[in-house]
Amino acid sequence: MAKVLMKGNEAIAEAAIQAGCRYFFGYPITPQNEIPAYMAKKLPKIGGTFIQAESEVSAINMVYGASGAGARVMTSSSSPGISLKQEGISYIAGAELPCMIVNIVRGGPGLGSIQPAQSDYFQATKGGGHGDYHMVVLAPATLQEAVNLVMEGFDIADQYRNPVMLLGDGMLGQMMEPVEFSAYEGRDLPPKTWATTGYDGSRQRNIINSLYIDPKALEEHVQKIYEKYKAIERDEVKVECYNCEGAEIIVAAYGTTSRIVKKVISMAKAEGIDVGLIRPITLWPFPYSTFSEWADREHVKAFLSVEMSMGQMVEDVRLGVDGKRPVYFYGRTGGMVPHPDAILEEIKRIRGDV
Amino acid sequence: MAKVFERPKSLTDKPFHYCPGCAHGIVHRLVAEVMDELGVQDSTIGVAPVGCAVFAYDYFNCDMHEASHGRAPAVATGIKRVHPDKVVFTYQGDGDLASIGLAEITHAATRGEKFTTIFINNAIYGMTGGQMAPTTLLDQVTTTSPYGRSGDREGYPIRISEMLSTLEGVAYIARVSVHDIKNITNAKRAIKKAFEVQLEGKGFALVEVLSTCPTNWGMDPIEAFKWLEENMIPYYPLGTFKEVK
Repeated sequence: MAKVLMKGNEAIAEAAIQAGCRYFFGYPITPQNEIPAYMAKKLPKIGGTFIQAESEVSAINMVYGASGAGARVMTSSSSPGISLKQEGISYIAGAELPCMIVNIVRGGPGLGSIQPAQSDYFQATKGGGHGDYHMVVLAPATLQEAVNLVMEGFDIADQYRNPVMLLGDGMLGQMMEPVEFSAYEGRDLPPKTWATTGYDGSRQRNIINSLYIDPKALEEHVQKIYEKYKAIERDEVKVECYNCEGAEIIVAAYGTTSRIVKKVISMAKAEGIDVGLIRPITLWPFPYSTFSEWADREHVKAFLSVEMSMGQMVEDVRLGVDGKRPVYFYGRTGGMVPHPDAILEEIKRIRGDV
Repeated sequence: MAKVFERPKSLTDKPFHYCPGCAHGIVHRLVAEVMDELGVQDSTIGVAPVGCAVFAYDYFNCDMHEASHGRAPAVATGIKRVHPDKVVFTYQGDGDLASIGLAEITHAATRGEKFTTIFINNAIYGMTGGQMAPTTLLDQVTTTSPYGRSGDREGYPIRISEMLSTLEGVAYIARVSVHDIKNITNAKRAIKKAFEVQLEGKGFALVEVLSTCPTNWGMDPIEAFKWLEENMIPYYPLGTFKEVK
């Protein structure tokens, strides 16, 4: 299939349709409005359902119902709306249901701004809602990668019966790039024998539930979910290492910010400074061992986490580096985007330190 | 000898956990009898609330989905849109439906979602121990209206059936009671109608069932049914509020 020039939000929506998603429930919020608009236009023509819900709370609970009924289903929003969805996400994780949740992140806290940000990292990777659970969090840097991750993300959700979040930012949602929708092979997935489809006595009753009133039963249920998480941590980590061989400083950055860092790496090279990039593509599971391995290399003197936040992923970078090298942070927030010159200046300052 | 009375097939064998004199058991049975009579047990998906009926999934002998507090109509919307050929119902109390879930029920109704809602109004929060509900009557004492509900201080009780019956998407709304045999018979007729309306694809259907909470009202079951009749029915009149032919 030929490449087409598409806006990020529309490419994400089209990828979901190509992945077989036929149910979408959402609520308007900038900067992700092109996703529901695209779904509203396309889904009714291919036998699907789009509902503009009365709230984000309702939208995620429609997802909860549709997923329990066995459908491939998605919702999308931006930061304040994602906060409203957290209760539902916790239930979906507790009831072990698959779904795709897209967060096109904007500045916060509060109503914040509508400009791109990465300040929802903690919310996405450390829970967000109540209780012991994780979402798989995918962080694309290009629109092509976003398309690929949406398609694979639905399969990951189905394989592990767990919500998956695509974490983009306002820039990724609003920019245009050429993308290609090549046929996605797809994983070998188990049938959804657990779905509410009507009980005719030929199988056990299917009950979608996250209530375990007996504490022993709840502990066992959560431990079972965490066995699943162990498998995800073992098998699903995605990370890109760029120019790390020989680098004296390794920058950690994800999503849009990583593209700025690649520019900085070529600027530094021109000045004879070797800088590398570790780009986590899955934010959960986080590529801790990649950081640990590079921290063991003699030539690597320090790590620098660059984020559009006040420093959130840097905590996971420190866990990965585990005290073997100093870890620095540089970030802009509130919708401000780090400038390559400022990042390069920070790298030079760190070289002076170490 | 032929059996003349038995447990509906659409109820499981699990004994109810409800308090003595609580009317949930009566309403569960009526819903199950209707499912049996319409022959829809194998195509029904029920949605349980948060509240005293939280374990409804243990009692209704069909596929069930336990929702979060107040969100049952949103969950039911998701299920029904995926399975338009199945029968979907929510079973919700007054805190769940009329307070925290008011947005969800209102918008499901106005969209004309083709599912059935059984709304239990007993004018109090049961499971959490007797707090004021949006349907608590004026002067009624609860743990969070200890001086009696005052319109000036706590606001006025909500009449859900009247309110929702103004919406275009609604096909059927009735308020019934279960305080005596005659009313139980009427209640069953209304519940059956609310399922039939769904099967005919007419739109949203809701039956509000006036019910008791002897435990948190501080009454014995007989006093409680008398209190319902004398206090609730004058404020919450019984009848059919909307029926699309």
